[in-house]
Amino acid sequence: MGSHAMPGPMTSFRCVIVGAAIVLASALPAFAQFEMVGSWAARNTEDISRDSYPVDYVGLPLNDEGRTRALAYNESQLAMIERQCEGWPQFYYVQGPFGLRIWSDTDPIKGTTISYTIGAWEDRAAMTIWMDGRPHPSKYAEHTRSGFTTGAWEGNTLVARTTHMKAGFLRKNGPPSSDQATMTSRFYRHGDILTVLVVIDDPIYLAEPHIISKSFQLSVAPISPIGPPCISTFEGRPPGESVPHFAPEKNPFVDELTKMFGLPRDAVLGRPETLYPEYRKTIQGKYVPPPPCTRNCGAPPVR
Amino acid sequence: MRALVAAGALAAAIVLLSVPLPAQGRGGAAPASARATAPIDLTGYWVAVVNEDWRYRMVTPPKGDYRGVPITKEALKIVNAWDPAADEAAGEQCKSYGAAAVMRLPARLHITWQDDDTLKVDIDTGTQTRLFRFAAGGSTGSSSGKPTWQGDSTAQWERAGGRGGPVTGGSLTVTTRNMRAGHLRRNGVPYSANASLTEYFDTSSAPSGDLLVVTTVVDDPRYLSQPFIVSSHFKKEADGSRWDPTPCPAR
Repeated sequence: MGSHAMPGPMTSFRCVIVGAAIVLASALPAFAQFEMVGSWAARNTEDISRDSYPVDYVGLPLNDEGRTRALAYNESQLAMIERQCEGWPQFYYVQGPFGLRIWSDTDPIKGTTISYTIGAWEDRAAMTIWMDGRPHPSKYAEHTRSGFTTGAWEGNTLVARTTHMKAGFLRKNGPPSSDQATMTSRFYRHGDILTVLVVIDDPIYLAEPHIISKSFQLSVAPISPIGPPCISTFEGRPPGESVPHFAPEKNPFVDELTKMFGLPRDAVLGRPETLYPEYRKTIQGKYVPPPPCTRNCGAPPVR
Repeated sequence: MRALVAAGALAAAIVLLSVPLPAQGRGGAAPASARATAPIDLTGYWVAVVNEDWRYRMVTPPKGDYRGVPITKEALKIVNAWDPAADEAAGEQCKSYGAAAVMRLPARLHITWQDDDTLKVDIDTGTQTRLFRFAAGGSTGSSSGKPTWQGDSTAQWERAGGRGGPVTGGSLTVTTRNMRAGHLRRNGVPYSANASLTEYFDTSSAPSGDLLVVTTVVDDPRYLSQPFIVSSHFKKEADGSRWDPTPCPAR
């Protein structure tokens, strides 16, 4: 039969072994990795104050420029037809009240993960985390609502870095973010809990990195990978009108939280020193607890 | 056919080898200590950065405000009956500084090894101490009797890496039982003596410094209708120059 004979049992055996090893080695994730894909529900048990009041920057490390810009913001801007569907920057995925739908794109030959995508909401673009080693674009490349995100596993942590975001807001009530802001997200999974640690750096508007940590819980019920479409409509401000704003020093809401909850003005205005334990000493004896809560005190108990 | 069977056996062997093995007590050797096998270093001084829930953490929120906490009707009665003066008079002023709440306080942590298998966490706000005991074989340990504010905590490392390769990181899981009934927030939102606590400690290195994030899951069949989950983050500090133990006032 010579050298062109049909492969013998040993040759076939070796082929199967090699094939099996290749399949196993490429398709299985490294042990340190975890399954990101799925629906992750927000339980909204943390950071619940967020953006309910026009001037509420507590917990933010704003610098003077960021604070001035924030105080100039008027939420009536959202009535402008050209701004209604502008959406929020990617930071919103850990600040908003919604859950996350995460899926992956797999290389059909190697079985490796090309990317993870965190689905969009109505007012936040989807975020694709590229896992294939591609570089970030040039600093001159277009900035978008999605930004550009790459990820890599560090042990049992997925670390994702987002750049090229458009200027926007750190919260929905006006604290700004610049187009130079970057976001580093770290994903940790423990059973059915996914904890995300986000660090936002912004050399223009922040005095120090802003940190957010939030946990999600694996959901059996599917979370939508997209939000409903945003449709602009007339909300009382004709196109071409001036942009609603306040003179920063005359913002009428600047003392609202102080009057309602007795919160010190420095904290309301997001001064970085108010984020640390020692700040409590500076308000000792000055803080007067507000009267008991009588409405919107929490969700009605279910049992 | 034999080739296929052999390949199947090989594949099964590879899969089995990929299952993580415990780092302690293999091959009959004396188990390595928790300190010796720590996949991450939690020791040092850490400061809470209160970027979230500021008005529920840095100051005492209004009586009756329990936003974000999934309480039961029974708990609501306690929320509305909160009386800090009565707590102080009864010597219960540390109710808001128990294990289920203490990692959410604006505080500094000082984490050290008390011994090779016990991690000690001192908290300056309220001057509390937690002990995380590593039990061999992942045992949940047993309660030591009388409930305390900080309860009995059992710790276990979760390691990343393995498969014969180096450990590439990991995290710490701590379960706590046998706590005295306390407050999740300083305005009297309660947890009961039946509550259990599960915490996950993860670290990261960032250009601006090392970070620690503690994910806290409180289960309480009496006062919570679903688990209360929060994640709190800390920055590492170079030394203890800002360490400032204070008592635990009830208000």
